[in-house]
Amino acid sequence: MDVITVKEERCKECGLCIAHCPNEALSFSDRLNSAGYKPVQVDDAKCIKCGICYTMCPDGVYEISHNGESGGED
Amino acid sequence: MAKARKVPAIIDNPMSFCPGCGHGIVIRLIAECLEELEQDQNLIFALGVGCSSLLGGGLVTDRLHCPHGRASAVATGMKRVQPENTIVAYQGDGDAYSIGIAETINAAYRNENFTMVAINNTNYGMTGGQMSWTTMPGQVTTTSPLGRDCEITGNPLKFPELVASQFDVAFAARGAVTSPKNINKLKKYIKNGLEAQINGEGYSVIEVLSPCPTNWKLSPLNSMKRIEEELIPYYPLGVFKERKEN
Ligand SMILES: Cc1ncc(C[n+]2csc(CCOP(=O)(O)OP(=O)(O)O)c2C)c(N)n1
Ligand code: SF4
Ligand code: SF4
Ligand code: SF4
Ligand SMILES: [Mg+2]
Repeated sequence: MDVITVKEERCKECGLCIAHCPNEALSFSDRLNSAGYKPVQVDDAKCIKCGICYTMCPDGVYEISHNGESGGED
Repeated sequence: MAKARKVPAIIDNPMSFCPGCGHGIVIRLIAECLEELEQDQNLIFALGVGCSSLLGGGLVTDRLHCPHGRASAVATGMKRVQPENTIVAYQGDGDAYSIGIAETINAAYRNENFTMVAINNTNYGMTGGQMSWTTMPGQVTTTSPLGRDCEITGNPLKFPELVASQFDVAFAARGAVTSPKNINKLKKYIKNGLEAQINGEGYSVIEVLSPCPTNWKLSPLNSMKRIEEELIPYYPLGVFKERKEN
């Protein structure tokens, strides 16, 4: 099972992940985090767990685990 | 198959960079490489003064905030005294190439065995966007309000090309953080630089074209576009000095 985790509190609403997601799985939510940004949300049905959002994000918002494992090389 | 991805432990903290700032991407790449090379617990950062200093807030590793512009001189001392440690000088364009150009060039000239990562965002970001030696011709900054006039200031500096053509360094390259493809290439450059140091090959520099949306007064996405359309044609990406054994 692949799981994508979003650390909402770290999101700064820059939009770089949304622009590069190959499957339009990302959007801004309507909520505000404590810094006043609208954090990203993932449409899990569309997400293919490719990791591109992790690659683009300057603020460490994403984690993608694969069969319970996370991290490691390309 | 999906790729597992996790922010390396030494930087898995909130950082205070502006939204869309490239510093956050670059430091994650450095930390990923250090982890993969098993150097993340064997490391000392020589941090420049500038938004690079903001790293100090989230980085869980040994580090020194160096006098402005002098991180490459401090890194030289660190490596000579502690050769078993991996040393990374992390500096901005203003720090490394304007204020500390003498120390930066001298470290490269002597082929000191450490790795410098230079974040080129074409201005002094932290202090509100003044002109640096890498500011583009015609670029408006607070100290070039009519646009940089190269007749008076000289031309934007290409440091990796300079050291690759003039000095006997181990590795010199320039990358960018504009797309997943460029980020993955940049990671390979950083890894090569670190490997050169670990093998005792000498000095490595990796310059990064990096957005400063706040002072460029552009959105994060338009800042990436500016790098692609305006900066890369002047500052080409690639390796200028290949490692000898590769
Ligand atoms: C001796 C000294 N002079 C000037 C300053 C003010 N100052 C702080 S950061 C900075 C420029 C940083 O620019 P750069 O290295 O490009 O880093 P960036 O913030 O763009 O990442 C300056 C001039 C200082 N702190 N100390
Ligand atoms: S993992 Fe890939 S598909 Fe899923 S949200 Fe991130 S970029 Fe989009
Ligand atoms: S790239 Fe990161 S900080 Fe920017 S919008 Fe996406 S999750 Fe938020
Ligand atoms: S001022 Fe520029 S370089 Fe500094 S954190 Fe903000 S965007 Fe990044
Ligand atoms: Mg700068």
